This record gives sequence, structure tokens and C-alpha cells, in this order.
Amino acid sequence: MALNRVDARGRSCPEPVVLTRKALEQSPGGVEVILDNATSRDNVKRFAESRSYKVVVKNDGEDFVLAITK
Amino acid sequence: MSGRKGIILAGGLVGFLAVLLVHFGNPVNMGFCIACFIRDMAGGLGLHRAGVVQYLRPEIIGMAVGAWLISIYKGDFKARGGSSPFTRFILGFFVMIGALMFLGCPLRMVLRLAGGDLTALLGLVGFTAGIGLGIVFLNKGFTLKKTYSLNKAEGFLFPAMQIAFFILLIAAPAFIFFSESGPGSMRAPIALALIAGLLVGVVGQRTRMCTVGGIRDFIMFKDTHLISGFLSILAVALVGNLITGNFNLGFEGQPVAHNDWLWNFLGMALAGFGSVLLGGCPLRQIILSAEGNIDSVITFLGLLIGAAFAHNFGLASSGAGPTTNGKVAVLIGLAVVLIVGFMNMDRSADVTMKGDVKLGA
Repeated sequence: MALNRVDARGRSCPEPVVLTRKALEQSPGGVEVILDNATSRDNVKRFAESRSYKVVVKNDGEDFVLAITK
Repeated sequence: MSGRKGIILAGGLVGFLAVLLVHFGNPVNMGFCIACFIRDMAGGLGLHRAGVVQYLRPEIIGMAVGAWLISIYKGDFKARGGSSPFTRFILGFFVMIGALMFLGCPLRMVLRLAGGDLTALLGLVGFTAGIGLGIVFLNKGFTLKKTYSLNKAEGFLFPAMQIAFFILLIAAPAFIFFSESGPGSMRAPIALALIAGLLVGVVGQRTRMCTVGGIRDFIMFKDTHLISGFLSILAVALVGNLITGNFNLGFEGQPVAHNDWLWNFLGMALAGFGSVLLGGCPLRQIILSAEGNIDSVITFLGLLIGAAFAHNFGLASSGAGPTTNGKVAVLIGLAVVLIVGFMNMDRSADVTMKGDVKLGA
């Protein structure tokens, strides 16, 4: 399944989490979130896991790509 | 240290160090107070001439240097900026005006509660209300826009400035002011204050501890992670104050505090509202500044200049209560932060969905 992608690079806390929440409301099956700092990575991961999603983190150069799926 | 246990231990350490610093000379319930300490630094540099609140606080210097070193060691240091810098300056300015109405940043609010200072309860209610108001804007797409990568050298300037402050503190040239009475004259030994600051900088950087974030995440996402650090500070400082005899339950005669309910509420409402739009409390802004976040450095400068104005214009409260000028300034501040909130809502592009980029499983 292809995932919609949220680009939250350059956004500061808590915007990436707000964007992820909105994206998951639109596509509850899962989304992919691209981030550029460790704080956002941990916050988005914690948020998604609290909503019973599975999160896989990949490093992409200086960025992080989080695959968030059911 | 990024898990639940880490944030609770970090909060406990902050609470413990705060009690220790008071025991060794800091004003009561002021082991740490970012707003008060930045205000003291503004005084030490002569940006204001309120003789009772002038000192270059080593706690702030330590926090910045500690967070800077650990962020380099852990690979989190990254120079970046450009996310509405002047808006952040203005928000920082008014967060300071609100904090000095109440007489403390959110961290000192927790420490005042831990010392039995019930006047801080009104601050907590106001702070929570201010955060709630800010969340309404965040949910409606409030954004200060993106931040961009900068040269590494840019990120080194803030810690370098803090080290320069430390040299001025030690060299004590005649143009640096040191209070001889009042809160600015009450200080733990430099080495102890510096080490305590370094430790808070390290754990603050690792755990991203933030008082505003704690209440914000709890309200917005039912996430109790950061707020557990907040509660841990409260619990450990409370026990520490009971042991060291600095616990004094009541509303009257509290150290460096006043009992004007309305203005304690409104002062912290302004501080909470401004901080939530900034993305973090004053403590968090110092940690981010040290990690290379120039937007937070600009916020720090807003706090510093706000503190200078607060004392030059008679805006800051004292134990005797708030001033008329201060009340006017807090109301102006609330209006300005509301306008900033309305002017920075991005309803159109709040979610960047790129459905055409198909990746994944």
C-alpha cells in the first residue's frame, strides 16, 4: 500500500505532530512523515504509537522518514 | 534518557538542584528561574538599573554550555533559523513582561508551589488558560513558518556569548553591576551554580524538558510524557523544601511574590500564551539556542530586552504587588500576542499532502 506523505521538515514542535494528526484523520490507514530534527522524530513517534500505530524510522541523509502504519 | 524514566529522573534532578541552590544562597523558591535570571543578567550588563536585581547568573551560562556540549556530542547540534525571527523577538519580549508581572517563569512557578507558595496557584491557572488559548490557534493552523539550515558558525555564537558572560562574571570589571542587596545579591557559589546549570543543560537537552510543552501535550494529545517531568520537579522540590525548612504554606508573605490574584493569573496567562506560540518555555528556549536554533536565540534576546524594559519602565511587580504600568503592559501584551496569533494562521496549506509521491510498502 502506498502511503501519503507529510513533509514537516523545518517545522518546529508541536507543528509536526499537529500535521501528522491531521494527516491520519484524512488517511487513517497510515502516512509517511518526513522530518529534519530528532525532537520532532521522537514526538511524532510517541504520538503515533499512543494511537496504536506501528512506526518504522529510516534515516535519509539529514532527514528522518517515519512510516506510520496500522 | 528519552523514555518516561528519563524525563522523571531529569525532573527530579532539576527539583533537587533547585533546593540545593536555595540552600547555598539563591533566593527562596528561586533555585532556578529563567525569567528572573535573564532579568538579573540584563541588570548585570547595565541594560536596566534596578539595583536589587543585577547579576550575571552562572546557572544560565551553565545551561547553555551544557546543552551545547551534549548536543555536539550526540549529533543534535544543527545551526538553523529564519522562522519569523522578529515575531519571536516580540513574543519573547511579552513572555518576559508576563513572567515579571507574576515574578517568575513557569519553572519558578512550579518551584514556588513546591515551597508552599499558594499565590502561584493563580499563576498555574492563568498559565494553563494561556496555553489553552494558544492551542486554539495551533489547531487552527498557527505557524511561524519553516526554519532553514545555516552555517555552523552561526550556531556557535550563542554559546560563545554565554562564555563571554562567564569571563565578565569572573573578571568583574567595573561596568558590570552586582547587586549588594535584594534577590540579585542572593547567590549560590559560582562553581555550584555553574555545575547545576551544566547538569540541567545536559538533561534538558536529552529529555527536551519543557513546562509549556508538558501542559500543551497533555491538553492537545493526552500525552503525559513532558508533564511527568513537570510533576517530578514539583515532588522532589517539595520534599527537599520540607527537609531544608524552606516550606511555608500560605498566601501571605511569600518570598519574591505578591498575592494579587487577578494579575498573577493574567501575567502567567500572557507567559503561557506567548510561550505556546513560540513552541517552548524560557528554559526550553535556552536549550534550543545552545543546540544552534537561532530562532530561540532571537527569543532569548526578546526576553533580555523585555526584562530591561520591565525595570526601566516600572513594569515588573515586586513583593508589594503589581504596578499600574505593569498592568497596562500585560494588557498590551495579551492584545499583541492575540494579533500575532490571528496574523499567522495558515488555513490553506496546513497539511502538505503529496499524494503523488507514492512510497512505502
